[in-house]
Amino acid sequence: MQVPSGYGVHPQNYIPPSGHYPQGPGKMTSLPLDSQCGDYYSGLYTVPTQNVVTSNTANQQPGAQHMYGRGPPAPHIVGSTPGSFQGAASSTSHLHTSASQPYSPFVNHYSSPAMYSANSSVASQGFPSTCGHYAMSTVSNAAYPSVSYPSLPAGDPYGQQMFTSQNAPTVRPVRDNSFSGHSTAIGHPSPLPPPPSHQYHQQQSLSGCSTLSWSTSGLPSTQDNLVRNHTGTLATASSNPTNTGASSTRTPPAANRPVEPVASVTQPSELLQQKGVDSSSTTSSASPVPNSYDALEGGSYPDMLSSSASSPAPDPAPEPDPAPAPAPSAPQPSKMAKPFGYGYPALQPGYQNATAPLNSAVPPSSPGYSGFQPYAQQYPGMNQLSSSLGGLSLQSSPQPESLRPVNLTQERNILPMTPVWAPVPNLNLDLRKLNCSPDSFRCTLTNIPQTQALLNKAKLPLGLLLHPFRDLTQLPVITSNTIVRCRSCRTYINPFVSFIDQRRWKCNLCYRVNDVPEEFMYNPLTRSYGEPHKRPEVQNSTVEFIASSDYMLRPPQPAVYLFVLDVSHNAVEAGYLTILCQSLLENLDKLPGDSRTRIGFMTFDSTIHFYNLQEGLSQPQMLIVSDIDDVFLPTPDSLLVNLYESKELIKDLLNALPNMFTNTRETHSALGPALQAAFKLMSPTGGRVSVFQTQLPSLGAGLLQSREDPNQRSSTKVVQHLGPATDFYKKLALDCSGQQTAVDLFLLSSQYSDLASLACISKYSAGCIYYYPSFHYTHNPSQAEKLQKDLKRYLTRKIGFEAVMRIRCTKGLSMHTFHGNFFVRSTDLLSLANISPDAGFAVQLSIEENLTDTSLVCFQTALLYTSSKGERRIRVHTLCLPVVSSLADVYAGVDVQAAVCLLANMAVDRSISSSLSDARDALVNAVVDSLSAYGSTVSNLQHSALIAPSSLKLFPLYVLALLKQKAFRTGTSTRLDDRVYAMCQIKCQPLVHLMKMIHPNLYRIDRLTDEGAIHVNDRVVPQPPLQKLSAEKLTREGAFLMDCGSVFYIWIGKSCDNNFIEDVLGYPNFASIPQKMTHLPELDTLSSERARSFITWLRDNRPLSPILHVVKDESPAKTEFFQHLIEDRTEAAFSYYEFLLHIQQQICK
Amino acid sequence: MEAVVFVFSLLDCCALIFLSVYFIITLSDLECDYINARSCCSKLNKWVIPELIGHTIVTVLMLVSLHWFIFLLNLPVATWNIYRFIMVPSGNMGVFDPTEIHNRGQLKSHMKEAMVKLGFHLLCFFMYLYSMILALIND
Repeated sequence: MQVPSGYGVHPQNYIPPSGHYPQGPGKMTSLPLDSQCGDYYSGLYTVPTQNVVTSNTANQQPGAQHMYGRGPPAPHIVGSTPGSFQGAASSTSHLHTSASQPYSPFVNHYSSPAMYSANSSVASQGFPSTCGHYAMSTVSNAAYPSVSYPSLPAGDPYGQQMFTSQNAPTVRPVRDNSFSGHSTAIGHPSPLPPPPSHQYHQQQSLSGCSTLSWSTSGLPSTQDNLVRNHTGTLATASSNPTNTGASSTRTPPAANRPVEPVASVTQPSELLQQKGVDSSSTTSSASPVPNSYDALEGGSYPDMLSSSASSPAPDPAPEPDPAPAPAPSAPQPSKMAKPFGYGYPALQPGYQNATAPLNSAVPPSSPGYSGFQPYAQQYPGMNQLSSSLGGLSLQSSPQPESLRPVNLTQERNILPMTPVWAPVPNLNLDLRKLNCSPDSFRCTLTNIPQTQALLNKAKLPLGLLLHPFRDLTQLPVITSNTIVRCRSCRTYINPFVSFIDQRRWKCNLCYRVNDVPEEFMYNPLTRSYGEPHKRPEVQNSTVEFIASSDYMLRPPQPAVYLFVLDVSHNAVEAGYLTILCQSLLENLDKLPGDSRTRIGFMTFDSTIHFYNLQEGLSQPQMLIVSDIDDVFLPTPDSLLVNLYESKELIKDLLNALPNMFTNTRETHSALGPALQAAFKLMSPTGGRVSVFQTQLPSLGAGLLQSREDPNQRSSTKVVQHLGPATDFYKKLALDCSGQQTAVDLFLLSSQYSDLASLACISKYSAGCIYYYPSFHYTHNPSQAEKLQKDLKRYLTRKIGFEAVMRIRCTKGLSMHTFHGNFFVRSTDLLSLANISPDAGFAVQLSIEENLTDTSLVCFQTALLYTSSKGERRIRVHTLCLPVVSSLADVYAGVDVQAAVCLLANMAVDRSISSSLSDARDALVNAVVDSLSAYGSTVSNLQHSALIAPSSLKLFPLYVLALLKQKAFRTGTSTRLDDRVYAMCQIKCQPLVHLMKMIHPNLYRIDRLTDEGAIHVNDRVVPQPPLQKLSAEKLTREGAFLMDCGSVFYIWIGKSCDNNFIEDVLGYPNFASIPQKMTHLPELDTLSSERARSFITWLRDNRPLSPILHVVKDESPAKTEFFQHLIEDRTEAAFSYYEFLLHIQQQICK
Repeated sequence: MEAVVFVFSLLDCCALIFLSVYFIITLSDLECDYINARSCCSKLNKWVIPELIGHTIVTVLMLVSLHWFIFLLNLPVATWNIYRFIMVPSGNMGVFDPTEIHNRGQLKSHMKEAMVKLGFHLLCFFMYLYSMILALIND
């Protein structure tokens, strides 16, 4: 202990009082007026005005402000709306339906003034108490400085000097100057919430489609523009115009709540005020509090709890007919207009054709092709016509296209010209329309084999790929008193349940028959009674519920962000602080959160520096703790401060930080102790810790040694040290996870930093990992730019706190292995301290019991989280798949991309637990086994040929791509950290991004034409065909764009057309193109415009903005480009053709 | 002397039986979701070394007292215990790792292992009992 006395003596003195955080219920609703709307969906809900059909229907109530657009709105067809790059590819049949439905433009839009009144009442209820709360805390803080620290030397506790516990007050003379200049800016004692315009930008970086953002217009008018395009509910049932007219009006919960317990279905960003009410009321209710999150989300819910949760609702209304109610007893004569979801008797006749093998293909002319519409979201590149035609050809052939045998060795161009789609499950039309979008939820086999034996025979991996918290453009949000769930397995009601009669529904996962609660009988959409099958929960497979207090263990936490920054010599040298602080300053107002948002900063080198940012101080105070063996917090409650109250101080600090450590000579890094301190700081609330680290931790707990032997980088034999060196980070991560704290790691290092060990801190606390090898702000501008863009997305993207996710599946299936960043708390419950929209998960499944008595299986993920506005929400996705009994059907339904991604995840596990070569062998064996298993099912077996079903024809190619991926390649020099980072990415990337990482897309861009172009945001985006990844396709006369997910390469051939170089790159000829070029100039030529709009469009489709590298044919950087040409031979690896021969050899053996 | 050896083995075996039962109960608690993985694993990891030591002592004792058959019977299990302990990856928190236990059917295999050990120890128990009585009579 270097600390003589003072700080070091009784660290527990400084532990914040435990009662500090759990606030009174009323305080939870402290959302100020302006920060309440635009929750997440701000940018995304903005639909251009042409879409707003303001037909106020007569039956709308004053004060209600729901808007509910039913039917596909016209702009989708035009394909030029902001949201339309998701919907643009919707098929022509989609167009038919929308045209044939007269009510499609029915959009209710309500007057907003009423909302304001509701709003203000909320505020008046919630805000003062909050003020009280904060006032209290400020008082205590104000009093704090006067508490003298007995042994402090200078006797000016918390003055303007910093304190070190070593009593060395002159260590950082710079500091005083750097802050003093700002003291004038401070005196604003009453921190008001920021103007509304700052709040609502969280999502726009993702889609780029928000031309209209909340910030530009006032609240009411923007609300008018909010129109929901609820295409998912384009049901056959709604062909009744009156019905639909009614269906688009709903009752406002705020108005109705006291009177009757009517559920209201709200659109996401419109009704936050009411939600505010909800949360306040729910928080205050002292309901039986379950003692763990497991119980909350409801895995093994005790009966007592479930009855308390769900049974009270039906009680008030006596249920007259517990026996199967005959139709006449139903209040509404809806029996004859019975749509799907209702009409399934226990035997589910509607599903019968789903199991009919192979030729159950739907008549191509039917309007069911809107079943393709979900996929359109993923592959906006397809233009509408060709997409629907593609659908036709897929469906109309007598033998499914997916089973057509393909001779792999004969087929030269195996890669299709257009992006590969997810296969459509072979369900009947109604179900197909209802099914979950493959972007959120995908299964490796869209036809589930009936038995484990059949699955074993097929030799294919069975598993799910999830992207549960994806940014959605449309999401029905349901506010309801009772969330209807199965009483035994706690499944949420979903479109695939069957209603036995009006009063009872049968769970599709455990087959228990449940009662329909009284509240559920009333449909707020149609405002009719007795139509439970028309409730939005039953019409959409992706819904979000606003959860009641039953789903809380404690009041919803505020958004809390802590930044832990490395300021050792190495870090200062790399210069990331400038970029980070700049980025933070720009995005400070866009950080997701409400008025309770808190923020804090810590820096560390060999000591740990805290920053007191308490409101009222004239400048930030730095507090140094040098006792890294026993870390403590120097002051309990002014290190994490309210963002809005202390904004000036935070800005001062951010402005000063980059220059504070310029002269540091400290080379050590005490990351472990800093993380421990961060954990202590965060544990009362939970939240997000962002750690920036630039070197190997070298001091204190969790110090690491360099394990990499540079000579082994290109070894073909053993790659060691893929696993962590110590369990320190894992343990700490589990502690963090227990306190609802996630740690996000930004590793910016030039040398080996043992990412394998460091990554554990994020892996098990559900954080994310970013890695910038050889980062330097001037020497490596492309990395600096990448950091800047990543940070922008990182800081502004949506975030969910204290989340848990449970995955349920039909009885008979069971999950056995999970992949992703989380902690598996119990068999099917993933504990996620934070959930980000960029996180993907994978689950492996096995078939425990035979599925012979069912024709459908369902999977449901429920993600319970606290939004940044302090609401508890549950997002539920449900996927429904048919069960098949023949091997051919299993092969027909393979989703090859999902299978490859799942295999990649499994291979990562294998290479860590066993060895890399084992994992590589397993990957090759996966191809060999599945193809030989298929070969044995085909009767006319040609031994000379390598036959694959069409659905699996890309399998060998993708597996070869995996083998050449950084994570799994051998023989090519790969730094250990790069390899480990690639593995981390495989584990936590959602499928769409992972596929680009595994198999990049190559386009020729020197001859872009408007043929087949699509229109996005009034821009024409050309759609060049995909090229296969082989040097054979590269011609010296051309220019090619490679899209690797996180990076774009533009390769310029030596004899590329000078016109192209001049028009697009802005240089006269090939020789004059500089070596390092990362931007395309904005030139006023047609080809430049096309190229730029194509690249922008590609960029807009992903969360992290990729960096563009222009690679000349001769430059040394071209190896980077050429290593992605996976069909070519390298010194260490097969070419594609050789790989096929190798597989064939293995099969014949 | 014989008798002392077997009395000790018997007591040791009893302890091991209790330990196996404890393992089984804790693991099935985890399976049924009564406790979380973290506490389950920290509970179990505490007892991995005592179990290992307890079993190794008996094995060595049998070797020293030249009971070849019982020694050879114990050897595989003792070896497995030591192997399992040594082969824990450096980043794991012990033989039972909370982050892995739900993956790849580890829970089931741990359960199976505990069951097999319970059976084995019961067998040993009766063997020691028999040998002890025999030794006492011979004395």
